[in-house]
Parts: sequence; C-alpha cells; structure tokens
Amino acid sequence: MIGLEHYLTVAATLFIIGIFGLFLNRKNVIIILMSIELILLAVNINLVAFSAFLNDLTGQVFTLFVLTVAAAEAAIGLAILVCFFRNRGTIAVEDVNNMKG
Amino acid sequence: MTVPAIAFYCFAAGVLAGGLFTVISRHPVHSVLWLILAFLSSAGLFVLLGAEFVAMLLVIVYVGAVAVLFLFVVMMLDVDFAQLRAEMAKYLPLSLMIAIVLLMQLALAFGSWSFAPEAEDLRANIAPPLEETHNTAALGLLIYDDYILLFQLSGLILLVAMIGAIVLTLRHKEGIKRQDVLSQMYRDPAEALEIKDVKPGQGL
Repeated sequence: MIGLEHYLTVAATLFIIGIFGLFLNRKNVIIILMSIELILLAVNINLVAFSAFLNDLTGQVFTLFVLTVAAAEAAIGLAILVCFFRNRGTIAVEDVNNMKG
Repeated sequence: MTVPAIAFYCFAAGVLAGGLFTVISRHPVHSVLWLILAFLSSAGLFVLLGAEFVAMLLVIVYVGAVAVLFLFVVMMLDVDFAQLRAEMAKYLPLSLMIAIVLLMQLALAFGSWSFAPEAEDLRANIAPPLEETHNTAALGLLIYDDYILLFQLSGLILLVAMIGAIVLTLRHKEGIKRQDVLSQMYRDPAEALEIKDVKPGQGL
C-alpha cells in the first residue's frame, strides 16, 4: 500500500536533487533555473500528496498558484538571461557585476 | 504488489531519474529532455493521487510551455557549454555535502511525525465524493468562488511576466526596413515618379 510517506520521500529527494543542482552548476544559469523548477515541482508534489491524503482541495488550489508563479519566473528568468547574453556574450553568472552591487 | 504500487514506483523512479540527470547531464538540451521526463512522471504521480486537473495542467504548462521555452533558449544561445561544465568537478564535493546534510535533516523530520488530532477539523475545503463531483469541477467551484481574488491576481502575475519578458527581449535594430503606414499612404505619385528621356544606345 502506497502511503503519504512514499510521496513525501519522493518530493524530499527531488527537493534535495534541486538544491544539489543549484550548487553543482554554479556557472550555468540555465541549469540553475531548471533546478529551481525541480524544487518547485517537489513543493507541488508535497501539496498534492497532502491534499489527497487529507481529502482537502486547498492543496491543489495552491498548486495552481505555485505553477503560475513558476511559469512566470521561468519566463522572466529566461528573458533576463537572453538580455544578459546579448550584452556580455556569455552566461557565466559568477562575474555578473553590471550593477556594481 | 498491486498495479497502483507498481505504477507509483515507476513514476517515482521517473521523477527522480529525470531530476538527477537534469542536474548532472553534460548537454543542456539533454537536461531539458530529462526535465520533461520528470514533469511527465510527476503528472503520472498526480493522476495516481486523484488530482487529474493538476496533472493535465502540469503536462500543458510545464511540458508544453516552460520546457519548450527552455529548449528555445538553450538552442538560441551560442554558448560553449563544455567550458561551463569543466568546473563542475570543483563544486561536486561541496554540493554533495550540502545535499547529504539536507537529506539527513529531512530524514530526521520524516522519521517520526503524525497528523495533529485537530487536522481533520481544520480542513478548509473538503473534497466532495467522487460520485458527486469530479476533481476538475470541484476545483473550478473553488477557484471561481472562494479563491477568485487569488485567481485574478495570478492572472495579473502572468500578465506582468509577459510584458516584462517582451520588454526585456525586444530590441529595435537600426538599418532594417520597416513598414511605415502613414508615410506610405501620404506618398504622392507625382513626386514619386520621374520620366527620363533615354537616348537609344546610351542609357542613363
């Protein structure tokens, strides 16, 4: 019998993989954005699993909103990336100091 | 093992393999394809959980829009990915350590937990039984009723994201012929044409 713990384990492992990817690909901002998508996917799996096992639809409603924010974030992030690539000719994020922050 | 259990393990393996190879694969295009596998498998997990609408949304929004967007950008940018990959080994020990520490923390949290006794009473929107309303209809009743403000605001977020992405990536190149409707309409044929008397055998 597949219980809530199974889903939570999958989500936690996916979350860890996302964090691992963030640190592993310090230079490649495209993979960093994909890792963020993986992390948000893990959050969604948690929300839907709790929603299903508690028989409460609120989790699924919030999954929709997380999905919306993830899509908007990916679009904006990739637009910034394209813009940055046009200006600098590289996507190495380590030496981003255009704003002198 | 029952069929749902087998399906769960297949989809879970798909999600985890997809996620892992997204992160470690050598070429970004392969990464995007593995990401699509992760999304599709998690859509399968959602179907197993009875959340069909979110599953279909995941397929349409993530696989259909976000992953294709990633694919476009990866293929559009002319980047030397091998050079970016070269330093991956340098970060491997640190990232493995962080991942293991986080995993152990989560394992500690998952080791002993239980639902609070009042959790059943705190449910805000109890799902109606499946014979009465399907998942999609029940979600629709919620979104367009109780959560209408949040729904509209998320639409606003998407609008802002769309405008932002267009503004960021739009650029006007100099020296490209564009259509100028007004100047084309105000063009006077009397000034635009000129009759030249060309002598035979000489040309202009």
